[in-house]
Amino acid sequence: MASLKELKDRIGSVKSTQKITKAKQMVAAAKLRRAQSAAEAARPYAERLSTVMASLATKVSGDSAPKLLAGTGSNQRHLLVVVNTDKGLCGGLNSNIVKEAKLQAKKLIAEGKDVQFYLVGKKGRAPIKRDYANKIAKHFDTSNVKTPGFEEADAVADELIAMFEEGVFDVAHLVAPTFQSALVQNPTTSQLIPVPSPEGSAGGDAVVEYEPGEEEILEELLPRYVKTQIFGALLEREASEQGASMTAMDNATRNAGDLINKLTIQYNRSRQAAITTELIEIIAGAEAL
Amino acid sequence: MALHFELVTPARLVRSEDVHMVVVPGTEGEFGVLEGHAPFMSTIRDGAVQVYAKEGAEPELIEVRGGFAEVGENGLTVLAEKIEE
Repeated sequence: MASLKELKDRIGSVKSTQKITKAKQMVAAAKLRRAQSAAEAARPYAERLSTVMASLATKVSGDSAPKLLAGTGSNQRHLLVVVNTDKGLCGGLNSNIVKEAKLQAKKLIAEGKDVQFYLVGKKGRAPIKRDYANKIAKHFDTSNVKTPGFEEADAVADELIAMFEEGVFDVAHLVAPTFQSALVQNPTTSQLIPVPSPEGSAGGDAVVEYEPGEEEILEELLPRYVKTQIFGALLEREASEQGASMTAMDNATRNAGDLINKLTIQYNRSRQAAITTELIEIIAGAEAL
Repeated sequence: MALHFELVTPARLVRSEDVHMVVVPGTEGEFGVLEGHAPFMSTIRDGAVQVYAKEGAEPELIEVRGGFAEVGENGLTVLAEKIEE
């Protein structure tokens, strides 16, 4: 049985932990709102870009298609771009992303492909390094900026495209969380390079004039599309991180509350037991006189 | 007679309004877009998009960086990488 003082200290320590988790929860809730609206604000650009892509890609096809659209012709070397968060305290989010990435890697390796990783964010490094230490091609650090914006997406995409042009890989996949709600953020994998041919109608048969030419425009458009894709992933990551953090911290706060209740009951019981013992001693002493 | 003009960047939808004319800095030269322009697509160079809200009015200048412009049935859409404010 713990002494009264020990119990009191324990309650105090749990209380201060609860204070921290509660503060973190509130911060995450506020940041979530901002992250969500940022994700929404980015949607029109992505939508318009993919409609333009769809109408162009159907026109430029065959041999004249740029490498980013047609691929290298090989399907041997794969690159997994894994987007993790930079900070912890967000429940199982990062381990879920890593799990998905490892699953994809295992599948590709079982098919006899070569797999490499390109890691964005801090929290994916250690767990992926543990299993695939020699397969990590590069890290991209986003922890030095407060909220990753288009510049970061730009830098990541430029690096990826340069690697693609050097022939480091044939196919790139993007593994990133998709934000569904504060409770659900599922990691998903999508093909990044070569750019998957968009489906859907060619946007009418209107004769469109292109300046300079269709191919030139497409060539400029494809890197932009990759950038937008990565930018979207970064925004989703931000929203997912805050959502997961909010839920995890809510749970932690509640658990701390339960623990405090339990400890308080225990503390009161011990205190009463101590008083009772003291009384008995006094009464016994008085009777003996 | 109005032209529907939209200016979008990755960060947000900057403009969505009906204007008289927009002059866009295309890579192969500036071009003005009025209502009923034929379908057209061009990459743009860094420069100012001039927005004429009314005929004969002073143009409003918006500096854009990289991207492209598309003229379709529903007006002019400029997808810019960045705008300078």
